[in-house]
Amino acid sequence: MAVPSLTEKSTPPAAAAGADDPPILDVRGLWKVFGPRADRVVGTPLAQLSRAELKHRTGCVAAVRDVSFSVRRGEVFVVMGLSGSGKSTLVRCLTRLVEPTAGEVRLDGEDVLACGERRLRELRRHRFGMVFQHFGLLPHRRVLDNVAYGLEIRGTKKDGRYERAREVLELVGLAGFEGSYPDQLSGGMQQRVGLARALAVDPEVLFFDEPFSALDPLIRREMQNEVIRLHREVGKTMIFITHDLSEALKLGDRILIMRDGALVQMGTPDQVVGAPADDYVRDFVSDVPRSDVLTLSWVMRDARPGEPLDGPELAPDTVIRDAARTVLSAGRPVKVVSGGALLGVVTTAEILEVIAGPDPGNPDSPGGESR
Amino acid sequence: MTAVPTTPATATAGAAAPGSAGGRRRLRGRYLAVLILAAWVLLSVVLKGRDTLALGGAELTPLHTRLNEGMDAIDAGRNSNPLFLYFINYIRLFLDESVTFVQALISQPSFGRPVPVVGWLGVTGVATAVALLYGNRKVAALTAAGFAAFGLLGLWEESMDTLALTLTAVVLSLAVGIPLGIWAGLSDRVNRVVTPVLDVMQTMPTFVYLAPLTLFFLIGPASATVATMVYATPPVIRITAHGIREIPVNTLEASTSLGSTPAQALRKVRLPLAKRTIIVGANQTIMAALSMATIAALIDAPGLGKTVLKALQTLDVGTAFNAGLAIVIMAIVLDRVTSAAGRRVEAERRAGRARGPRARRIEVGLVLAAAAVLVYLSHVYVWAAKFPGEARLGSYVKQGAGAASEWVQDTLVTYTDALKNLVTYGLLNPFQSLLAGSPWWLVALVVVALALLLAGRRAAIIAGVSLVLLVLLGLWHDSMVTLATTLVATLIVMVLGVVAGVWMGRSGRVDQVLRPVLDAGQTMPAFVYLVPILGLFGATRFTAIIAAVAFAAPVSIKLVAEAVRGVSPTAVEAATAGGSSTWQLISKVQLPMARAGITLAASQGLIYVLSMVVIGGLVGAGALGYDVVAGFSQYPLRGKGLAAGLAIVVLGIMLDRIMRAAAQRAAARPASQ
Ligand SMILES: Nc1ncnc2c1ncn2[C@@H]1O[C@H](COP(=O)(O)OP(=O)(O)OP(=O)(O)O)[C@@H](O)[C@H]1O
Ligand SMILES: [Mg+2]
Repeated sequence: MAVPSLTEKSTPPAAAAGADDPPILDVRGLWKVFGPRADRVVGTPLAQLSRAELKHRTGCVAAVRDVSFSVRRGEVFVVMGLSGSGKSTLVRCLTRLVEPTAGEVRLDGEDVLACGERRLRELRRHRFGMVFQHFGLLPHRRVLDNVAYGLEIRGTKKDGRYERAREVLELVGLAGFEGSYPDQLSGGMQQRVGLARALAVDPEVLFFDEPFSALDPLIRREMQNEVIRLHREVGKTMIFITHDLSEALKLGDRILIMRDGALVQMGTPDQVVGAPADDYVRDFVSDVPRSDVLTLSWVMRDARPGEPLDGPELAPDTVIRDAARTVLSAGRPVKVVSGGALLGVVTTAEILEVIAGPDPGNPDSPGGESR
Repeated sequence: MTAVPTTPATATAGAAAPGSAGGRRRLRGRYLAVLILAAWVLLSVVLKGRDTLALGGAELTPLHTRLNEGMDAIDAGRNSNPLFLYFINYIRLFLDESVTFVQALISQPSFGRPVPVVGWLGVTGVATAVALLYGNRKVAALTAAGFAAFGLLGLWEESMDTLALTLTAVVLSLAVGIPLGIWAGLSDRVNRVVTPVLDVMQTMPTFVYLAPLTLFFLIGPASATVATMVYATPPVIRITAHGIREIPVNTLEASTSLGSTPAQALRKVRLPLAKRTIIVGANQTIMAALSMATIAALIDAPGLGKTVLKALQTLDVGTAFNAGLAIVIMAIVLDRVTSAAGRRVEAERRAGRARGPRARRIEVGLVLAAAAVLVYLSHVYVWAAKFPGEARLGSYVKQGAGAASEWVQDTLVTYTDALKNLVTYGLLNPFQSLLAGSPWWLVALVVVALALLLAGRRAAIIAGVSLVLLVLLGLWHDSMVTLATTLVATLIVMVLGVVAGVWMGRSGRVDQVLRPVLDAGQTMPAFVYLVPILGLFGATRFTAIIAAVAFAAPVSIKLVAEAVRGVSPTAVEAATAGGSSTWQLISKVQLPMARAGITLAASQGLIYVLSMVVIGGLVGAGALGYDVVAGFSQYPLRGKGLAAGLAIVVLGIMLDRIMRAAAQRAAARPASQ
């Protein structure tokens, strides 16, 4: 059971980074079981069974199994996993589009699962926003009315909601398409409408369920940049589901990896790539160019006695690829320095080691310490 | 024989032994069935005419008398029984008043005037305006022409009576059906309760409930409206529920995630998205209502149906044709306008209105103003109120159709007679003498045995009970005569269905040509078929059979075509690659693999044929159909008519159950032979 220990280890420093803030979303022991008598699974020996076995024995599917995590304010938190691993179910449990079977979900300390219908609607109307894989636009409404929909159902007057909808459409780059109908737009543009609809109500937390997987690669890249830009501009907390690792690495401040409904690993992109918790994750990240993700802190070593220490200085969170040119051209060890203190050195050997790929013998050689 | 027998072998690979045992048992069953049939034929010759339980047209059994008395009792209670006083009579009053009110508006002299409130010009104007605003210019022109045709045919008043009855029933049907459909769409529980009720409402032959209805709602518009509603409401309920149900979950979820209440989700998401489907349902309801409103002439509903009915009774083909033409025109107009409205809703849903809201408002204003002017004119001036001219076109049509019918009957008599005789002597008479001419116990025994062999024990029990019921109803002989006609008609329907259906299923071009014809055939009110057929063949059992075939064939053909098209293309490709000829392909691959669909086509065809039994009674089919019709018109026979209606239902249930069970058996074993 290496997994929980790793998550436990990695959580405290992460929390320490934004130490003054309590998490905006706190999830504890969340379960979702589909099927007959789903409520009779959690808390019994059945809960220990694997997903396949449980399905065989009871006909129930444990879509989410005992998942805990917390999301900091302003963070982009990515949930990743193969198809069927329970990502969509997890994110739907958070807003109770799917009713969780057990566990706890707290938004700013408020117990979301204990909310009544009315309070839940309040939360959905004002604090949550969601973007869907298949957009879920209303084909009988113009773009403007689609974007204004969230405001409309919470009772905003026509002028107010149209003004806001125009603002948001501008923000997502769709100014001029207010009068179009969804069917007249391309997939990428439709998803921008979906995004605008979620943003229009000015939510605190945005959920994205594989929003770009129905789009072709070029548009997808464009939309990812769009999300990064938006995150920078509006600074919302985002919970982003994807099964695309490069998307996860590109967007995520932290990544949660799921398999068969359970949490396998949670950590920053470089933790996931640098120290995969098990073979599943290792397999997952094996195609990623590690030099694009790992930072110097993952490869630096202590200076050996007698080594020249007059080389250039780099910060420990420099991505290896960006450091490569400096290291290669330096011709001597490059110092990794933070706050004036020498943390270690990097030489051509370490850089090449990363580019050559992980040594199957000792995959997690580049130290357990995080930045 | 090369490709196909491998199918069961591969399908049941590893289970060869039980498979072949089943095959042997099946073969034995088949021999037995043939044996039973042979024995029946033999015995029927020996025992001919014994125990046939024949009952003359005016003869009654004690049961019929008792039914008569029961109906009398209900009649007597009309003004004293609380159920009537506080419930049924109010409904009747409401329905009568509703229909009378619409009639006063458009068809009957009213409010002390010699003409209705709105004359022909006004009605045509309003109808055209509606077609223009909800449909398009083309259907508006069609509407104007159609309404003008009613006047030209000399049937303005009758047409408006039919329209009044149809509209009232449609409005009420939609008022009941759409909310119910929405409810059934939202709630699985409601859906589960509603579905079987709708099944019964739709499969029960319409004439069967006409007579009992008159018992409660009296003869006239109220009964006609209720009957029409019973027939016309199920489609809109079903289709609305389907439309509400099939809304993509994505869209609903998105709405919920934004915090919409269930009511908001219904109003802003489900209903707008289901609008098009609901209009399709309304279209079906309208067509069904028109069909039933004409048939309701049997219980004295006013309108075109009555004209047709009277003409049929006097064998006046010309007049019947003229009125039938008006019905067809009305059906076409109603169908086209509602279809166009549905398409328009869809187009607007996808891309917004063609014109801005301002332009639309002006358009609406102008059209309504024009219609209002026409209404005013038709209210004030006689020329705009009463259709001018003495319906010259109508009399030409009558004469022409009458003459054509005579000419056809005279010149084609050799061919029509040959066909008639072929079917009558070749099929119908042998069938009839076998079924109606053998002792009842022999027939019952044979039917139960066959049901047991081909369809299993349950079906055999149902068959046994049904047959006993037929005896108890006192209508065994008539039932058997009707059964013979029904079986012959179904046989013809299936031959047509398979031939045309396979043709359609195999060729896209044929499909394109035939489908509109079949669609048109299905939207036509059932009455209309009778007229030309009557013109060709006169009033005989054969005419009734052809009418039933014309009514039932489109459904069966479509179902067979669907099934043939549904055969997996890979199987067809594989057989073609194996060198099968077209004929081999059809007989060894496509037909066997489409067996389930073909059985469905047969059972649907049967139900449609049965629902024409009463209409057949109008044109000489005799037997149960005649009993029902006589029950409508002759007081002493109404108990017998009721029993005959029940007998039709019993026949229907029996045949349906046997066919379904047999089909299930057929589907359970792999497609082979
Ligand atoms: N409504 C439901 N009823 C029963 N089982 C469900 C339901 N929804 C999801 N599941 C099951 O739960 C599991 C997780 O499904 P989920 O949709 O959350 O996966 P996912 O990770 O989002 O996959 P994908 O990447 O394909 O979207 C699957 O095995 C699925 O079959
Ligand atoms: Mg998913």
